[in-house]
Amino acid sequence: MEIRTAFHKKLRQIQDEILAMGSMVEKAIEQSVEALKNRDLDTANRIIKDDRNINRKRYEIEEKCIQLIATQQPMAGDLRNIICILNILTELERIGDYAEGIAKIVIMIGDEPPLKPLIDIPRMTEKTIDMLHRSLDALVNHNADAAREIATEDDEVDNLYDQVFRELLTFMAEDPKTITRATRLIWVAHNLERAADRVTNICERVVFFVTGKMEEIGASKY
Amino acid sequence: MNINLELTERKAPVSGEIRMSTRDMSLYYGDFQALRDITLDISENAITAVIGPSGCGKSTFLRLFNRMNDLITGVRVEGRVELDDVDIYDKDIDVVELRKRVGMVFQKPNPFPMSVFENVAFGPRRHGRKNRIELEDVVEKSLQQAAIWDEVKDKLGQSALALSGGQQQRLCIARVLAVEPEVILMDEPCSALDPIATLRIEDLMRSLSENYTIVIVTHNMQQAARASDMSAFFMMEEDRAGVLVECGPTAEIFTNPKDKRTEDYITGRFG
Repeated sequence: MEIRTAFHKKLRQIQDEILAMGSMVEKAIEQSVEALKNRDLDTANRIIKDDRNINRKRYEIEEKCIQLIATQQPMAGDLRNIICILNILTELERIGDYAEGIAKIVIMIGDEPPLKPLIDIPRMTEKTIDMLHRSLDALVNHNADAAREIATEDDEVDNLYDQVFRELLTFMAEDPKTITRATRLIWVAHNLERAADRVTNICERVVFFVTGKMEEIGASKY
Repeated sequence: MNINLELTERKAPVSGEIRMSTRDMSLYYGDFQALRDITLDISENAITAVIGPSGCGKSTFLRLFNRMNDLITGVRVEGRVELDDVDIYDKDIDVVELRKRVGMVFQKPNPFPMSVFENVAFGPRRHGRKNRIELEDVVEKSLQQAAIWDEVKDKLGQSALALSGGQQQRLCIARVLAVEPEVILMDEPCSALDPIATLRIEDLMRSLSENYTIVIVTHNMQQAARASDMSAFFMMEEDRAGVLVECGPTAEIFTNPKDKRTEDYITGRFG
């Protein structure tokens, strides 16, 4: 028979809220790259504005975690769960900042003619969002194996980043007039690469929550 | 990142209705002033915890709400103590009726030396309910509300003294519920119980707070933190009179109290 039903209900509510924040962040990343593809400055401006909501959500959840720690004396798995959530909040908030960063680059690019069709950057985006989504599933399902698996997939994002970098270097070497535009695209790719790294941090926190052990999983090459 | 930090509003999950209150209330035991100028509201359908160091008048304060202090000679109360805006120290108040509306659970489980059934039926009988079927109904309902029905339904005829400490305390809560009170006072209800039985009582308090107004005195600060919506911190002044330092939502008292004395007490810097 469950005894601390009221406390565990609150803990589950916090978990639901972090999922809601996760989908806000996923949406921000996805739309920032869509805005880049479509040169959609309105969307870019909205993403920058909406980042405040993500930040606010982070502080709301953080405050609830602090209240639970202060009032409920969480122990063992419950304590690790709350600590894990506090860490994940920071990671999600930063991923939100990367989306905002991409949106700012979109505004800088403005209506400059496209350098090349975007292929690998959308792939990086898709992979990063997929990893993020599954990492939060792993949190909710207490699945350390899934978390470890997702973290290793960061290599795919790194490889795509290498590819983008090499390709844009070639453009710049061939024609110095492309340097500004190519550099901006490298910034976008870099933001995505960092976002995927943050997902691996989330995965490490999930492993800690489930197993009680701190593991560094496959350090990123960047 | 530079954002305007608007934190979520810290609200206790209460209706906001005031059920009981004290106004400039002072209490004396003979010449000794035990409580000084206490003005405090007790919110309806919420759990209000009274915390503070030993001897600060917490239990005296609690007993004020159903006039249990009347039983001590030399007690004198100044100011007002209200239940639904009526002064319960008014000379016309029927104390028996008051104690029916404002029930009490004590530190040590104190079941009567009779069967489980008779313990719970005792109050309703005294208040004139004689019909057996009706009494059976009340007993079952009360035991269910007190989250002990499943454990005792097959031994209603057995002595209540054979139950464990935690079960006895929940039985005593059922006994209080049986007379359909509006407010339940709890004086250290878990201090004689083990940690698991304690958590079970706290969870029970949480579910009861949907329908009852609860005031609990506890020397266990963590219990106040875990189980209450509002916390009132009392301490003693130099002449040993108890005063109310601060009362607010529990989440706020335990994360960011307004008064430095509260902070010092809950962080273990004095007490």
